Amino acid sequence: MDLPVTLDHGDLVDPPDAAPVVPTLEARRVGAWFGDHQILEDIDLAMAPNTVTAIIGPSGCGKSTFLRVLNRMHELVPGASLAGEVLLDGTDVYGRGIRPSSTRLHIGMVFQKPNPFPTMSIRENVLSGLKLAGIRRPDHDGLVEQCLTRAGLWNEVKDRLGRPGGALSGGQQQRLCIARSLAVEPRVLLMDEPCSALDPSSTRRIEETIRELGTEVTIVIVTHNMHQAARISDVTAFFLGDQDRPGTIVECGPTTELFSTPNDPRTEDYIQGRFG
Amino acid sequence: MVSALADAPVAPSPERRDLHDTPTVGDRVFRTVVTGAAWSVLVVLGLIGTFLSLQAWPALHDAGRHFFTVFEWDPDGTGRFGIAAVLAGTVTIALLALVLALPVSLGTALFINEYAPKRLYGALTMLIDLLAAIPSLIFGMWGLTYLQPHLEGTSRWLSDHVGFVPIFSTNRPVFGSSMFVCGLVVALMIVPIITSVTREVLSQAPRATCEAALALGGSRWGMIRRVLLPYGRSGIVGASMLGLGRALGETIAIALILSFNYRITAHVLEPGGGSIAGLIANSFPEAGDAGRHALVAAGLALFVLTLAVNTVARIVVRRSAPSRQVVL
Repeated sequence: MDLPVTLDHGDLVDPPDAAPVVPTLEARRVGAWFGDHQILEDIDLAMAPNTVTAIIGPSGCGKSTFLRVLNRMHELVPGASLAGEVLLDGTDVYGRGIRPSSTRLHIGMVFQKPNPFPTMSIRENVLSGLKLAGIRRPDHDGLVEQCLTRAGLWNEVKDRLGRPGGALSGGQQQRLCIARSLAVEPRVLLMDEPCSALDPSSTRRIEETIRELGTEVTIVIVTHNMHQAARISDVTAFFLGDQDRPGTIVECGPTTELFSTPNDPRTEDYIQGRFG
Repeated sequence: MVSALADAPVAPSPERRDLHDTPTVGDRVFRTVVTGAAWSVLVVLGLIGTFLSLQAWPALHDAGRHFFTVFEWDPDGTGRFGIAAVLAGTVTIALLALVLALPVSLGTALFINEYAPKRLYGALTMLIDLLAAIPSLIFGMWGLTYLQPHLEGTSRWLSDHVGFVPIFSTNRPVFGSSMFVCGLVVALMIVPIITSVTREVLSQAPRATCEAALALGGSRWGMIRRVLLPYGRSGIVGASMLGLGRALGETIAIALILSFNYRITAHVLEPGGGSIAGLIANSFPEAGDAGRHALVAAGLALFVLTLAVNTVARIVVRRSAPSRQVVL
């Protein structure tokens, strides 16, 4: 696959290396295991406030595992273990006395396959995070409208908020899941290949949503699609690893630079489509 | 273009053809055998229904509508008999059993699915199935000789402290041989079926949906309450009704424990009560001709009742969207 190096960033903010900023989320020397099998080794990655960080790399390099380490979903798998630390605004989310549920409240997640709650209506899906976390908030109607608008779904569903969320199309379901994540006002939004189950026009719609949200929320997105990474992210991290070697970061930098002048020959090979 | 097409000689579209298969002899024989096996189930059910109806007819004809209103059982003597009291007793014991069994079953199913470590998961699932395989006679003997004496204190305490609730009030301080003891023993017997169906239904909930709830900052309890239980609700209702069906038909444990009388009573802690299956088991050996017809009529009523409850239960379980694949 040839990657045209025409990077259209539109009105995105400048790459974060312009000025030193305190990262919203920072992984320090993160390693991850399932049982004895090491998936990730010594990952350092800082995510600056209100930027979009793309994680690219071949299948099986540990991208999704890294994402799940960031909001403590990793530990839900039996036998999972971890090294290093993950700092959210400077506080280790794996620190003593910190509940996984409160970490996940601040670091939301959108999954590969759209997974709205099938027993709930569109409106209930948006508000489900508040119910689940026991948060009281006035003006539910306003919140529902605001979140669905930010997720780019409001105009399509405003007349049928009481209908089941599962009745929407795949792309709409995924935007509903984004709206659901936004309702609890997360600091960070993790997205694990959010478009891989969607058709091209839904993908474009979600990419627009991500670019709009990127100015308000810190976003980390795993993607297989390098065009997508180039289109929507400010910073890109290239992961490499396979069955025998745990995943590590080969190269990380501003997206424009990484795609136009990669430092590592392996990065160049990957983005030129020579492997992976 | 259009007119050119219209003018062109159009070949008639080919006729539809029958699609047929020519099975081998082996195929045909096998098909006949399995079809026969499947039909035989229906035939047996039909034969049972027919037998019960025919045998019950003389008694039902004699008693007429009194069959459902009379509180006595003396078909061989005075000729007065009716299932009002035993039917009420059957339903009381079954409901009591269900109320006691449901929370235990739900808790066990949730523990196995959501909290149990991997090693316990297999062991517990197997133990629950083993529990279901214990003959009801064993439950009955254990209930009679062990559980009943040990329950006397509990019954007394309930009567003394929550006696203001009508079902726990008693007229005299005698406990045991009561519908309460029966209900508890039957509850133990239906816990396995309710647990295993509930567990199966809840395990069908997609992991992705449960993870979504946790990823939103929900606690495990929040996830169970807001996502898992609503998802499995109709399956749980169906499982309960399957348990209820079993409880209605339970015979030997009740025949052993309960001291029979023919009154409708809400005082479940006191000795006495009735049950159709228990009545049949206790009276059939000594019954005369009229008595046997009357007992078969009672059996027919039980047959219809359990069939109805089980049918509804299965429809409910099948309708529950998440568990369409559950085979019962």
